[in-house]
Amino acid sequence: MTTAMLELREVSKVYGTDAAQVNALRQVNLSVHSGELVAVMGPSGSGKSSLLTIAGSLEEPTSGQVLVNGTDLSRLSGNDQARLRRRLIGYVFQDFNLLAGFTALENVTVPLELDGVPAKTARVAGMKALAELDMTARAHHFPDQLSGGERQRVAIARAVIGDRKLLLADEPTGALDSVNAEAVMLVLLAICRRGVAGVVVTHDAHLAACADRVVFLQDGRFIDRTQALPIQGSLLTPGAQR
Amino acid sequence: MSIRHALLALLSQAPKHGLRLQQEFEEQTGEVWPLNVGQVYITLQRLEQAGLVESDGGDGKGSQKRFVITAAGETELEEWLRTPSSDIPPPRDELLIKVLASLRVPGANVHDIVQVHRRHMIELMQYFWRVKAQAAGDDIGLALIADAEMFRLDGIVRWLDAADIRLKRYLASRTTADSGPAPVPAPPSIQSARMENQ
Repeated sequence: MTTAMLELREVSKVYGTDAAQVNALRQVNLSVHSGELVAVMGPSGSGKSSLLTIAGSLEEPTSGQVLVNGTDLSRLSGNDQARLRRRLIGYVFQDFNLLAGFTALENVTVPLELDGVPAKTARVAGMKALAELDMTARAHHFPDQLSGGERQRVAIARAVIGDRKLLLADEPTGALDSVNAEAVMLVLLAICRRGVAGVVVTHDAHLAACADRVVFLQDGRFIDRTQALPIQGSLLTPGAQR
Repeated sequence: MSIRHALLALLSQAPKHGLRLQQEFEEQTGEVWPLNVGQVYITLQRLEQAGLVESDGGDGKGSQKRFVITAAGETELEEWLRTPSSDIPPPRDELLIKVLASLRVPGANVHDIVQVHRRHMIELMQYFWRVKAQAAGDDIGLALIADAEMFRLDGIVRWLDAADIRLKRYLASRTTADSGPAPVPAPPSIQSARMENQ
């Protein structure tokens, strides 16, 4: 098998000390390959958000290793980590996090410009990313002129611009109605299919089920994962399971 | 009963033969609701007796009789479409009883049992996502049926999530109270419940 785009090895995260100590993650292992979308489900406080921030190198684990594209993050300097984050990792949040005074295109190109890419090159890449999400006609609109579903598409375009390989999404459909939410999940899946590794954290079972694999987090541990049921016979009667 | 009304709906488009009605009914329900031609003719006969359809005698051959919706049939159909369904199921499903029963089984871990069912529901939802992906984009019937099933499963997962948290608190409070393994009182409607599914 190819190298995983994201690999967590025995990752633990402890907040606080002594009596106030919270074990957010306990020896978690997870591999996500290019082309694959993995959903992490769990109740509030199960460690979902810690998992995502640690996977995205926004936070360091207390112990264990995080490898992105085969590189152990703990061996990189702060600057090198920041560079890897800018070039390889994209984030999508529930509330979109778009900059209000910037057009859709300007929002999408921000990460490239921060990385020193010339404005013209960034714009070309930005239009390409928006086109992939069917948002070309909206490129010059401001966030308040866009619907919730469109804003999230802009946020996704920003997350994958410049050939990023790891997409991390925290409740990306939490602010959307179910039809728009489904459309956003299908967009995330399509992006993964063209070679991105995706992790989506959600408590929404309907949307988690869109992913290739669903893993269940509880009290900082993975307790279970789904297996695909075969499609056979009539489409609407799932065959003998297990 | 909905077969009557489904047939009225098909007849509201145009007069049709019994065999055609049977085919269209099955197509429309994504073939999840098989209906034999005998059922169709019996239903049409009753609709005719009730004055909701008429047969035109066709071209003389009995089996080729065409059926036409009447004005009374159209009124009936219109009313049925706007009447909320009355079949609210009683809270007696097998999963609920399994979870309640597990509380009484010595050594059973109710959270593990909840998780087994949660995982299975989500696997079924993953299955229906794939069904939707495989279905042709214009198969609106299949998409609606898959949606209905997925939202039903989603409701069960939400119930399991809530049950899990409620049970955690309940079991924790019992441990701290150290009140011993007193059985959980079940509401009377559940004690007399029949296993309706499967």
